[in-house]
Amino acid sequence: MKLTCIMCPVGCQLEVTKQGNDYVVSGNSCVRGERYGKQEVVSPTRMVTTVAKTQTGFVSVKTSAPVPKQRVQDVVDEIGKITLANPKHGDVAIKNILGLNVDVIVTSGK
Amino acid sequence: MRQTDVVVIGGGPAGMAAAIESARNGAKTIIIERNEVLGGILMQCIHNGFGLAYFKEELTGPEYAYKFRELVKKEKNITVMTSTFVTKIKGKTVTIVNSSGIDEIEAGAIVLAMGARERTAANILLQGTRPAGVLTAGQAQKMTNIDGKLPGKNIVILGSGDIGLIMARRLTLEGARVKAVLEINKTTSGLKRNIVQCLEDFKIPLLMQTTIVEVVGENRVEGVYISAVDDNYNFVGEKKFVKCDTVILSVGLIPETDLVDFADINTRTNGPVVDDFMETSAKGVFACGNFLHVHDLVDNVTLESMDAGANAADFALAGCKKGKKFCVIAGNNISYANPSFVHSGDGIAKIRFRLKSNVSKKWIRVVSKDEVLAKKFVMAGLPGEMQTLEVSREKIKGDILLEVEG
Ligand SMILES: Cc1cc2nc3c(=O)[nH]c(=O)nc-3n(C[C@H](O)[C@H](O)[C@H](O)COP(=O)(O)OP(=O)(O)OC[C@H]3O[C@@H](n4cnc5c(N)ncnc54)[C@H](O)[C@@H]3O)c2cc1C
Ligand code: SF4
Repeated sequence: MKLTCIMCPVGCQLEVTKQGNDYVVSGNSCVRGERYGKQEVVSPTRMVTTVAKTQTGFVSVKTSAPVPKQRVQDVVDEIGKITLANPKHGDVAIKNILGLNVDVIVTSGK
Repeated sequence: MRQTDVVVIGGGPAGMAAAIESARNGAKTIIIERNEVLGGILMQCIHNGFGLAYFKEELTGPEYAYKFRELVKKEKNITVMTSTFVTKIKGKTVTIVNSSGIDEIEAGAIVLAMGARERTAANILLQGTRPAGVLTAGQAQKMTNIDGKLPGKNIVILGSGDIGLIMARRLTLEGARVKAVLEINKTTSGLKRNIVQCLEDFKIPLLMQTTIVEVVGENRVEGVYISAVDDNYNFVGEKKFVKCDTVILSVGLIPETDLVDFADINTRTNGPVVDDFMETSAKGVFACGNFLHVHDLVDNVTLESMDAGANAADFALAGCKKGKKFCVIAGNNISYANPSFVHSGDGIAKIRFRLKSNVSKKWIRVVSKDEVLAKKFVMAGLPGEMQTLEVSREKIKGDILLEVEG
């Protein structure tokens, strides 16, 4: 399978082939590309960045780790339901969102 | 009237990096920023993908800004003035306006780090009516990420710049329908990773060599006529109507040079002409970041701006020592090179450039008088990516030519 690595701006063209029970990645320039290639064919994941409501406006948040690609929209919708009181940069906004073992972190930068 | 060694205008990533290096080199430094916080455009770029090169971790825009703001705080030599506008620069005196009124700062050196603004509908001569619902990708980004409002429900994006691609994903996740992204050229201007994770992941169509013929709508956008174009940008085939309520433009940035009528402007980059010390044609005035030339990666902005800050401090405290001045010429397949001039002498001159077209497995080299001064091998180079080559100044004995071999 041919893929574009999305782990950094270089965007290497990867070729992932099945070998026995494992996958072999070629075309990557670093180990992050190998990890991405394998993950992408087995179960693709993505980081989620969005905004959450606060009592005075909105604040930017991200997931502490990538979540399964097909759950991205669910995670955004779930974050859309909450209102945070006085969030600070680096705070945990939601612990273990939707049971995915991933937290939602405030990234306001202020 | 105040006095200081270095004034940095603009408190985005470029201004912060320049100020930190200036301060570390012993110069009393003032940063002036018109917004309430330092961070520049990063504050609205809430997606991740910043800082991999510089911090070796993947950060969002506001997180990258936060890390730099903390570094700025640690420098005793830096004074930060936010909510303050620079309205005039004359010689090395800067006029500022804030809630305390008008004041002047006299500096030993100035660093220009005012960033870039987006091209608008007027800049690209977008035809048709002017209803509400036509906005730039940056405006859409600010609305969605800072104000928490959707700019529209059915959206057509013109241009495949990174900000437009990022917004296609962002608006889709917030419930809007992005009907298509149109790109007039044969190649996309955004990064491949963004085509994959922002368009392909959401099955958003990317129509290459296609553009908007005309915007339709009285008070609000009702749709756009789109058409394919040939290699010379002439419309070909039937035009087609696409119903939408919003048109988002992601058609590039231009340095914000209104304040700088005293320095020579580079007609290719629209930023000022600089030499290898990042000094403009005005003595003691330095430039960096998107104000100098538009960058796709903030990490590069940081590195470039550190050099500008260090050189400005040098100039203010001791005066830069430069050797003989020579031209930098952009040769085969080089779209532009910055700086425009280099000097002989000590240290390293960094040449930053962009390619005209895709390059695969080729050497890029710097030549002077038939001698190769520096070269690098490029596996896959794209016009959108900024490249760097370093040349040792002691080798520079004449004008230098930058070119792709063969
Ligand atoms: C809308 C938009 C979105 C972008 N999104 C991305 C992205 O997703 N990823 C990415 O890698 N890059 C992105 N970029 C590119 C990004 O601009 C650069 O990576 C980087 O932020 C440029 O830094 P800078 O400091 O040169 O400019 P900026 O971040 O633009 O900072 C310039 C600062 O100067 C201040 N200023 C200007 N004029 C004055 C004045 N007269 N007086 C006082 N202050 C002044 C401005 O308020 C601003 O804070 C984006 C650019 C734009 C315009
Ligand atoms: S393989 Fe490594 S270098 Fe290539 S795109 Fe992926 S992370 Fe970047």
